[in-house]
Formats: sequence, C-alpha cells, structure tokens
Amino acid sequence: MATVSFTIDGKNVMAEEGTSLLEAAKSAGIEIPHLCYMEGLATGACRLCVVEVEGQKNLAASCVFPVANKLVVKTATERVIRARKNVIELLLSDHPLDCMTCEKSGACGLEKYAYELGVTGSRFAGERHHYPLDDTNPFFFRDYNKCILCGRCVLACNDVQFVEAINFAHRGFGCKIAAPYDRSLKDSTCIFCGQCVASCPTGALVEKSRCAAGREWDLQKVTTTCSYCGVGCTLELSVKDGRIVKVTTPADAVVNKGRLCVKGRFGWDYVHSPERLTAPLIRVGEKGEGKFREATWDEALDLVARKFSEIKSESGSDSLACLSSAKCTNEENYLVQKFVRAVLGTNNVDHCARL
Amino acid sequence: MAGLATTFGSGAMTSSISELRDTDCIFVIGSNTSENHPIIGLEVMEGVRHGKTKLIVADPRRIRMVDFASLWLRQKPGTDVALLNGLLNIIILENLVDTEFIAGRTEGFEEVKKLVAEYTPETTSRITGVPVDDLKEAARLYAKSPKACILFAMGITQHTTGTDNVMAIANLAMATGHVGKEGSGVCPLRGQNNVQGACDMGALPNVLPGYQPVTDAAARAKLEQAWGTSLPDKPGLTLMEMMAAAEHGKVRGMYIMGEEPAINDPNSTHVRAALKKLDFLVVQNIFLGETGKYADVVLPGASFAEKDGTFTNTERRIQRVRQAIPALGQCKPDWVITSGIASRMGYPMNYRHPSEIMEEIAGVTPIYGGVHYDRLDKSGLQWPCRSREDAGTKYLHKDSFSRGKGKFMPVAYKEAFELPDAEYPIIFSTGRILYHWHGGTMSRQSKGLAEIAPEAMVEISPVDAAKLKLADGDIAELASRRGKIQAKVKVTDESPDGVAFMTFHFTEAPANLLTVDALDPVAKIPELKVCAIKMEKVWAKPASGE
Repeated sequence: MATVSFTIDGKNVMAEEGTSLLEAAKSAGIEIPHLCYMEGLATGACRLCVVEVEGQKNLAASCVFPVANKLVVKTATERVIRARKNVIELLLSDHPLDCMTCEKSGACGLEKYAYELGVTGSRFAGERHHYPLDDTNPFFFRDYNKCILCGRCVLACNDVQFVEAINFAHRGFGCKIAAPYDRSLKDSTCIFCGQCVASCPTGALVEKSRCAAGREWDLQKVTTTCSYCGVGCTLELSVKDGRIVKVTTPADAVVNKGRLCVKGRFGWDYVHSPERLTAPLIRVGEKGEGKFREATWDEALDLVARKFSEIKSESGSDSLACLSSAKCTNEENYLVQKFVRAVLGTNNVDHCARL
Repeated sequence: MAGLATTFGSGAMTSSISELRDTDCIFVIGSNTSENHPIIGLEVMEGVRHGKTKLIVADPRRIRMVDFASLWLRQKPGTDVALLNGLLNIIILENLVDTEFIAGRTEGFEEVKKLVAEYTPETTSRITGVPVDDLKEAARLYAKSPKACILFAMGITQHTTGTDNVMAIANLAMATGHVGKEGSGVCPLRGQNNVQGACDMGALPNVLPGYQPVTDAAARAKLEQAWGTSLPDKPGLTLMEMMAAAEHGKVRGMYIMGEEPAINDPNSTHVRAALKKLDFLVVQNIFLGETGKYADVVLPGASFAEKDGTFTNTERRIQRVRQAIPALGQCKPDWVITSGIASRMGYPMNYRHPSEIMEEIAGVTPIYGGVHYDRLDKSGLQWPCRSREDAGTKYLHKDSFSRGKGKFMPVAYKEAFELPDAEYPIIFSTGRILYHWHGGTMSRQSKGLAEIAPEAMVEISPVDAAKLKLADGDIAELASRRGKIQAKVKVTDESPDGVAFMTFHFTEAPANLLTVDALDPVAKIPELKVCAIKMEKVWAKPASGE
C-alpha cells in the first residue's frame, strides 16, 4: 500500500493510505478524544473526534476520515474544542450525573472528556429517558439511561465476536441497543462473552460482580493466564480486599488479543465458592460416604507419608500410583512426577490428557 | 497424541494460533471449536469473515462453525479414517499431491497410496454418508490452497481408532505439503488449560520431562544425577490401567491431584469401585468433588488465582500464572503440598518459589532449556526454546520433522467398538458446551454459568424425537450395557438422525456411566464419542397452560 505524507498540528506524519486520521495521529503520538471508535473499528457516530482539515468547510470525524497526501490537520483549535464541548453537553442532556455512585467512574469515557473539557452540566434541558435497569442475565447489568448509543457494543458483538446478538432498535428518541424483538439476551443468540461490557465507554454495561465491590482506582490489577481451556488467554484480575472483583483482558494480549469467552470473563467466581476445601481432612466414615474430620497440615502430611512408605515397603513401588493434573501448573506437574519417580520409585503417573 | 508422535516425532500443535487468521484453508474435523476453544474459533472466523480463509467443517453435528464454512461434511460418527483416506485418494487421483515435499521430507508414501486406493469416492461416500461431490470439492479445496491448516480435538482422539484418525490426518497434511510452513500445519487443540504442560513435564507413565523415554538409559542417567536417586526403567500404568489395577488390588495406594476421575472417566461405575478398593487414597483438590468422597486424606489446594507458576497452552506457549489473592483458609499451592510429602518421606524438597522449580526444569528438559521467569513477563515463550538466546519456536518441523523424515502410516478404516443394534439402536456421543468445563468442578461453582446452563440435556434430532415419541423438555431414560441415567430432552436439528449427544458436566446425570471404556490400543484413550444406547420417555413435559 502507498504511504502518504501530511501534517497534524504542525507535525509531519507519514501513514499508509486508507488509515484514518485518528489512527495516524495516534501512531504519531497525538491522542484525539473519541467515544465510539475502538481499535480498528469505527462508526463515526459520536463526533467527539472532530478535527479541522484545511480546505474543508465542516469539521471532519477523524475516526472515519482517511489520510491523504498534503492534508493539513489541526486537532485542538478553538472551533474543534467548542464542537467537542457541545457534543459532551448534548450527551449529558440525557445522562444521569451520578458519577459519585456510578461503577464506571474512573474508567468512564464520558466522565473523562467532560472533565478534560471542563463541561459540568448541560444547557440543553429536554426530555430524558427513564428506563428500568435491565437485570435479565446473571453476568452484567444494562442501564439504558447511561447508554450514549455509540454502537461500540454492537461492533464488539458483530465484528469482534461474530455473534450478532444485538443491534440498534427503534428510531429517534426511542432508539436503543437491543436483541431481536427487544427480548432478553437469554432468548437471543448471545453467548455472554461480555465483549460488549468490555467495549462500553460509560456505565451502561457493568459487570454485576464489581457492583459495590470497590472504586475503579482502588482495584489492584494482576495479569495472569486463564484456568479453563487450552487456548491460554491472558486475564487481568481486578482485585480488592483479597477478592476478585472483575476480569478483563488487555487489547494487546498475545493469544486472545482483547477477546475473552464467558468462562474466562465471568466463570472465575468458583474461586470464591463456599464449597471450597479450606483445611486438610481425614476420613472418619465409610469410603465413599464423604465423612471427614479436620486435621492440621502436620497430622495429614505425616499420615500420607507414613501410609505411602508402608505400602511401598509391603507391596513394592508399583503398588502406588498417581494422577497429576492438567489444571495445575508446570512446576506442580514437574514436582509430582519427580516425587512419583524419585520418591515412590515407580512410573505410575498419568493425568487426564486422554479425556 | 501418539499419532503425531509417530508420524512427525512430536505430538504438539505444529502452528501458532495467530497463523490461523492468515491461512487460505482451514479444515476442522472433530473439534467443536467455538464451544471448546472459543478464542481459536474466533481466529478462524476472523479469516473467513475477511475473505482470506475458506473453511471446511467435518462433523456429524451442526456445530456453530458450520455457519462460517464453505463446505460441511456430515460424516457418520466413527468413520473419520474412511473420510480422510477417501479425501487423500481423490487428491492422489487428481494429481494434487506435493511431490517435492513427499520426496524430500517424508517416507512411506507408496504404502499409503496403495491402501487409500481402496477408498474410492463411492466407497467413502457409502461408509461416511458424505456425498461424492462434497468429498471431491473438499479434497480440491484443501489440496489446492497455498496454505492450509487442519484443526482437530477430542472428536478425533476419543475413539478406539483415535491414533489411526490422527495418523490419517498427518498423511493428508504431508501428502499436500501443508505442514512445517508458516500458515500451514496440523493443530491438535488441547483441552485443559495445562494439558500440554502436564505432558511436557512428564506427568505421563512412559516419558520423563521433555518427552525423554523412561526406557532411555542416557536420559534416565542424566535425571538420576540431577535428582540424586535411581529411577525405574519400566513404563508405568496409564490412568485407565491404574484404575483396573486398583480394582484387582495390584495398586493399593493412590495420590490424585486436581483430577476428578469419578466423573470424567468412562464407565465410571468401575472407577468408583476401584477407588473404594484402594487401601489408601489421597485427594488433593480445591473442591471435595465425587473423587474426594473416596479419599482417606483430603488436602486443600490453592486455586489458580492464589499461586504463582506457569501454564503451557495448546500452541506450546509457556505463560505466567500470578498470585492475585491470598490462599483461602489453610489452602496451600500444590507444589508446597507435594514438597511436604516428599520431604517427610526422606527426600527433601526445599523450593522457595516456583521460579526455582522452573530453573530446575530448564536444566533437565531440553525443550524448556531457555525458559526462565524473567523471560516470560510479556508474551511467554513457545517451546522448543533450548537456551537463553533461543527466542522460541512459532511453528514446528520447518526444515525437517522432529523425527527426521515425516512418516506416512497406512491406516485402514475400522468400525467403532460398539455399534448400535436392535436392542441399543442409538449412537451415544459425549462432549462439552461453552458454559461448562469438564466434570463441572469449577464451572458449576460459578453462579452465572450455572444459571445459564443449569442441567444436563440430551440432544436428539426431530426425526428420532418423533420415532421415540419424545418432545423438548421431556425427561428420558438413557441406558447402555453399562448403566442408565436420566436427562432432559432437547430436540434440535444440530443432531444427526440416530445420534444422541450429551455433555458430561453434570454429576446428577453422569454421561460416563453409559460410555464404554474400550481404549485406543496405542494412546489408551477411551472411545467416548461412540457407544450404543436405548432411550425411552420417563416423564412428559406438560403442555403449556396446564
């Protein structure tokens, strides 16, 4: 593809033909404010990314405006700033100003740009939506009152996850994002991957798990690898007070590139299940009955070591066997097979690779 | 993955996941990719949606990947070898083979050529039920594409002919030169998050870490020196063999870490009897589970969020696991527990952190030789990675196969172990769904997942439903020669006629009470995809309004 050369804010920039102004600016280190644009996907809906292009009468939406040779672009003129403030004011004219209790506060695009542009409210008083909170699925809330109709969730559903469960429905003031026939997502083709939640720039789509569990800026993020299937998606666990609050993934994650499935994004709460074992147990009832008493680690491990040693000396090493685990780490699998071979003295070690 | 080990010299996925969006043709066989490896499913769809990739799906069920396919081959369950041989025969007949690749990189082609000649399009079509024209189109599409990948999973391996199936796939890839090149490869998709790593680490009865055979005296000697002990030279028992040995009193003590054989294993009545018979059973897990109920001692492990370590994914990528929260109650990471037992048995294991264990692994495992924690932070490393200077390996078998020359293996079609008959007229097949994982130990403890998919369903076709007088929502009893269970009926045209499909996630309807424990003779994988059952209604869902 041909390379074109042009100017942004007085800076000479080269970009491949077909690139949008917004993306070209970004690679030149100039961030243009945007709400509806997502990496590689754009609808041009929000108009926050407008810029001045010399020779153009109207401001151009930089996310859908292709670069061309010799363009002269200004991203922060007075006219541009005025237009952006107007966009934010129009959005706020039908948006609850409840940032102090909103779960998205601290990570909300609308809040960020209102702050940066110094917009504290709206001059445009008019009709406002009063939708009830959509609580029809176990994973996330949809608060239509906070939806700015940017269409990112639709892009995420259609063009990132190829599910096509949601789209724009109705017209004008009644326009909203919905599954076919405005039914519950449970009755649609939705697979609850939560890509829509990850893409939402406001508090319209919020993980249930994170509600009242901590403000965005108080969450500690730990990067790790998913515990379900063999794809090995990168997870970012948001943690507070020893509990996982939500799970996201970086856009540049090497394997999954910003995408997750329902298990990775929402299926981690087994970690906090009340059914978890919390102490070593020793059997008191019949085998298979499941009756145990709690024991200390020393008592339990001493018993294990003694019984394994007894069986080994009575019946030989090959009367012992071990199942290791495809769920455990490499280091744990290595140690278990080392234990079986070097300590028990047998090669009777396997795991569920065949199942 | 014994099939690929024989033909290529390594059982691992040859390509990288990121190559899939950039290949010309993907042939998915025996993999319900979008349900079981959702993000790999997306990589395939990415290429298809952007017009880059043509997709062929071979599956008896109308899985979601079919929606993205140019061609859907609906073979009868258990006829994969016939299908693959038939495709190769067409490729040979139409001169679409890569003669240069066959001559330079492989051996044994002539025997395979002779054998597959018997699988004429008409014969293949009769065995598999796939129309001749579709067979020809698929063969041409795969062979003529400049770059092509084959994806497969348990739908290929969980048969008594599993190793044959895999070797037939390898034959197809080698004959067309679609392996060992960027964007071309053979991709077994590994199920569990770290099944690749568990195999790499030697949690297998016949190999030491890094696939060094236990029978190899030199490999043993190296580890004996590193570990300061002598090592047994006789291959051990596989999982199914262990259970049989336990039932016969030959294995008396067992240590089970992070596994649920009482649910996941075929013919699980036998497994439970075996566990009960043991003199001493230690179960180490995060939940008690079914298996835990048979334990003498239960040891509480830490979850993935409570420990440091590494997992190795299906594309051989070693990635970091990082502790995010403190261990629950008295739970301990499994490596700490195992070390405690070993030390008490007179073999001190004093590791302070998993990174120290990885240093030891790197020292004794050539394919992990260059793996150190300080190199894993951003994107991990793909093995083989033999030294600190080695950046890892994106795709395998580039200039030569791991075993030298790729080995063609003639494999003839054999029928499944148990076929339907007058008494048990329906083929029973098991698998997974997106919302649950394996025996459900983890996923059924997730509230949301349990709400979306609360119960076991047996899927049958509308034709079978009419024949059996079953409707959506009825409860049916399913019986095989080994046991019976009840499950709710879902009538769907995703199921082919004559086949009932069920997941094995639910302990209250354990599908593995029905399945047969007939094993693939080489890989010892049970035939979970085909057995014979009968079905009858035990409860009819009331008509709505009643």
